[in-house]
Amino acid sequence: MTLYDLANPTRFLKLVKAVLPWLIVATVAALAVGLYFAFFVAPEDYQQGQTVRIMFVHVPAAQLALMCYAMMALSSIGSLVWKHPLADVSAKASAPIGAAFTFLALFSGAVWGKPMWGTFWVWDARLTSFLVLLIMYLGIIALWKAIEDPIKAAKVNAIITLVGVINVIIIKFSVEWWNTLHQPPSIIRADGPAIHSSILIPLGLMALAFVLLFVTLHLMSMRNEIMRRRIRAMRMRAASVAPAASSSTVTKAAPAGAR
Amino acid sequence: MSWMKSLFVREYQLANRVGGGALIGVLFFLAVVTIFPFGVGPDMILLSRIGAAILWIGALLSTLLGLDRLFQADREDGSLELLVMSGRSLELVVLIKCAAHWAATGLPLVLATPVLSLFVGLDFQSIVLVTLTLLVGAPALTLVGAVGAGVTVSMRRGGVLLSILVIPLAIPILIFGVSAATAGAIDSNNFLVPFLFLCALTLFGLVIGPLAAAAALRVSGD
Repeated sequence: MTLYDLANPTRFLKLVKAVLPWLIVATVAALAVGLYFAFFVAPEDYQQGQTVRIMFVHVPAAQLALMCYAMMALSSIGSLVWKHPLADVSAKASAPIGAAFTFLALFSGAVWGKPMWGTFWVWDARLTSFLVLLIMYLGIIALWKAIEDPIKAAKVNAIITLVGVINVIIIKFSVEWWNTLHQPPSIIRADGPAIHSSILIPLGLMALAFVLLFVTLHLMSMRNEIMRRRIRAMRMRAASVAPAASSSTVTKAAPAGAR
Repeated sequence: MSWMKSLFVREYQLANRVGGGALIGVLFFLAVVTIFPFGVGPDMILLSRIGAAILWIGALLSTLLGLDRLFQADREDGSLELLVMSGRSLELVVLIKCAAHWAATGLPLVLATPVLSLFVGLDFQSIVLVTLTLLVGAPALTLVGAVGAGVTVSMRRGGVLLSILVIPLAIPILIFGVSAATAGAIDSNNFLVPFLFLCALTLFGLVIGPLAAAAALRVSGD
């Protein structure tokens, strides 16, 4: 089965239906194991005490926030270049999930920052770029909602998403140049990770659990979006079959049909 | 070449004549700069320290204010369709429209900057730096703004959404613009490094802006 076969929504829905129960089970299991390790196995930090456990939510959430944007950007390329209908759906489905994870990363960071840095918020490079990322996500969601025609909305969103990719990179560097306080990358480095394995393993487990959570949510959200589009198409068909005669039943669909 | 010139002249004249023209933007710029002292207090020392930032933010807001008319007026009277179907490169059309728009609304802002600088107590050196950075950086604001304008062109009231979409794109420009403007001396590295970054962003906008805006206009052209 290639990506082109998946363009058929019915086939895609069938696949989702088959895969989703397993994914949910795997997500719950990974979250349970990850949280167990994070709360009971990982040692507390000699400086930060118990609060270091916030990291096990904070880091995977931040990582997913970026992953969602990458997903959205790839889908945007798909919908601009190959005009793949599922790519539109995928891009649309990613935006709210990404916004939620960005918010989670900011929120857990603020909660962690209060005991550690003594403040909920500082205008540090990485915090600032995540705040900007959140604004971009919310702007994109607003743009999706503002344009009624789904195909047009998809293309316009794809353009702004791809410009946003370049912008995210520029923002990252310019903001770092502007002000930084956050700790430098400590997992992916040239000379090996700077974190002890007793923390790295739970962190990896949590990262895996979050990725599974993302895939599950994304597939569910895509399924819902396909259903929503079918309902929209049915309404438009109903509106065109029964014009004006039974105006009470078609009033809802009328604005959609008029365009 | 002649079609480019006539398009530029048309856009420039329309921008100047419709809706108050260039002066409205400058007036808004003046209003923004005026309300700052009411917010932070009439402390000249504080104002001169944040003066460059006030001027940059004022210019950014004034630019955002005028952007929603960049393509929308043309869409309403149908001339946008004609431009899309004219067979000319739409990217070039967008670039010319941006240039005319900037000449009509951005350039007056730059020209007003030295006068407004006096209100926030900048010294001569800082006035030169702010004006210079705005001269180089303001076109970038218009160019990335064109992307937002193209994307929201089909919306009846897209102005607010346009601003929300464009402000993240304008953040790097603002960072480098303000830090070059507050560097203090024109021959120091403190000025040169962010200033060159600012130039790079403008050149960057020169490519990305017309490409993305033209793509968005093609989509919205039904």
